[in-house]
Amino acid sequence: MSVETLAGSQHASPTTLPRLLITGGEPGATVDLRTHLELHGRLALAPLVRGGDALLRKVIADSGLRGRGGAGFPSAVKLDAVARTSKRAVVVANASEGEPASRKDQVLLRTAPHLVLDGIQLGAIAVGATDAYLYLHRGSPAHSIVERALAERTEDKVPVTLATAPNRYIAGEESALVNQINGGLAKPTYVPPRPFESGVGGRPTLIQNAETLAHLALIARHGATWFRGLGTGEDPGSSLVTISGAVNTKGVAEIALGTSLRELTTALGGTSGAPTAVLLGGYYGGWRSAESVWDVPLGHASLRAAGASFGAGIIAVIDDSTCGLAETARILRYFANESAQQCGPCLNGLPAIATAFETLTFGRDRKAANQSLNRLQRWIGLVSKRGACAMPDGAAQLAKSALDTFAAEIDAHVRRGPCAVANRSLLPVHSASDEGWS
Amino acid sequence: MSIVAPVARTKVHVTVNPIDCVAHGMCAELLPERISLDEWGYPIIDGRPLSEDEYRHAVRAAKSCPTLALLLVEGR
Repeated sequence: MSVETLAGSQHASPTTLPRLLITGGEPGATVDLRTHLELHGRLALAPLVRGGDALLRKVIADSGLRGRGGAGFPSAVKLDAVARTSKRAVVVANASEGEPASRKDQVLLRTAPHLVLDGIQLGAIAVGATDAYLYLHRGSPAHSIVERALAERTEDKVPVTLATAPNRYIAGEESALVNQINGGLAKPTYVPPRPFESGVGGRPTLIQNAETLAHLALIARHGATWFRGLGTGEDPGSSLVTISGAVNTKGVAEIALGTSLRELTTALGGTSGAPTAVLLGGYYGGWRSAESVWDVPLGHASLRAAGASFGAGIIAVIDDSTCGLAETARILRYFANESAQQCGPCLNGLPAIATAFETLTFGRDRKAANQSLNRLQRWIGLVSKRGACAMPDGAAQLAKSALDTFAAEIDAHVRRGPCAVANRSLLPVHSASDEGWS
Repeated sequence: MSIVAPVARTKVHVTVNPIDCVAHGMCAELLPERISLDEWGYPIIDGRPLSEDEYRHAVRAAKSCPTLALLLVEGR
């Protein structure tokens, strides 16, 4: 079977957007199994399901699919690592979406739960898994939708168990996820062993973001060439993004990777003010001036080359009605509160960084502000790569990007105290003080 | 990547399990060539391969760590 023949399935291969957020009816409606089958056809009949695990992995490699959870890691590499092990594997769809500014996995599950559930079955075929989990954050409206969707399905070979993540930023980190499903707390553990070697129940575990699995459901039906019909060579396919801030349409959109912010915001009805800066890649990502990234193709490779990151597709645009320093200060305090308190550099460094950033942003003492700036520069270099997870790295990167991008604003804050809009807040932070870790 | 028995000596470096580490600071006393402490007492580690001499000190430092958080690792 050649990849080219795959496009000849009886169901139309959608060549335009949306691919994932297609409903076949009302926008925003949940696609039930009947509609899903009308739109996409039976998974059991997808050419790649009949081709077996090795062909499935090969076509996923050919498709160039990258994980949609933030790191942009090639899915085929992950699949191969788990498939190489001899034990029966486990698949976990990660929809915990701890990032407060991201909504895309929730919207995907609310719209097209069966694409994600198909993807779980495909992931299981590709790595030889016999058990699967779908990991959702507590209180997610997707719980009931997924339960209903699971009840509709009769052809699944691998049972899917729902697992619940606490509303914690790092609960979706891979080792924290494994720890939680294994009955522990949703806190990161020291790796190695990594989950692909020893994860859920000590078994090799494939953890994929929910959206990644949904793309798998379409690649299995339409092939690698079809998948590459959108996107760029290095970042093929479509991707969900969550856009907020100074734009006329906020929320989740599906874009062809390679689309620029200029094209995306224009398609969404324009910006609501003159964009000054953009937070790209989520809270572990970073700020860039709007003009430096406005025409850069969105994707992991292109943004990395421009000194930015795509992450899980989080885009927050600000104009002069929002203070980027104040936004950063609030996120850094949130990070300090979200630390699992396990690693010294995180439990000491993150509150110190947050306090210094607050002094710099909200203080009225010029000497203290300058002192804080010096400390920040030292601590940013000090905490990275010294935790069990990437939280100290993410906090340092965010703080550094703010110091670089908002240099003029820092100067103004240090000279004259907080700006007029420093008390407004745009970006969401969970207040999880009473949220546990299990 | 594995924890190395004291006989091995090629391409070994030190690392720390940051969850187990509670900042006793013994490692920085016993292996100052490779380990300094941050202002909160936690180790900042130079992870380049150890020389023969450093390796002997590193083994002693790893054995002396009260929480056994200091690890000798072969390879990357």
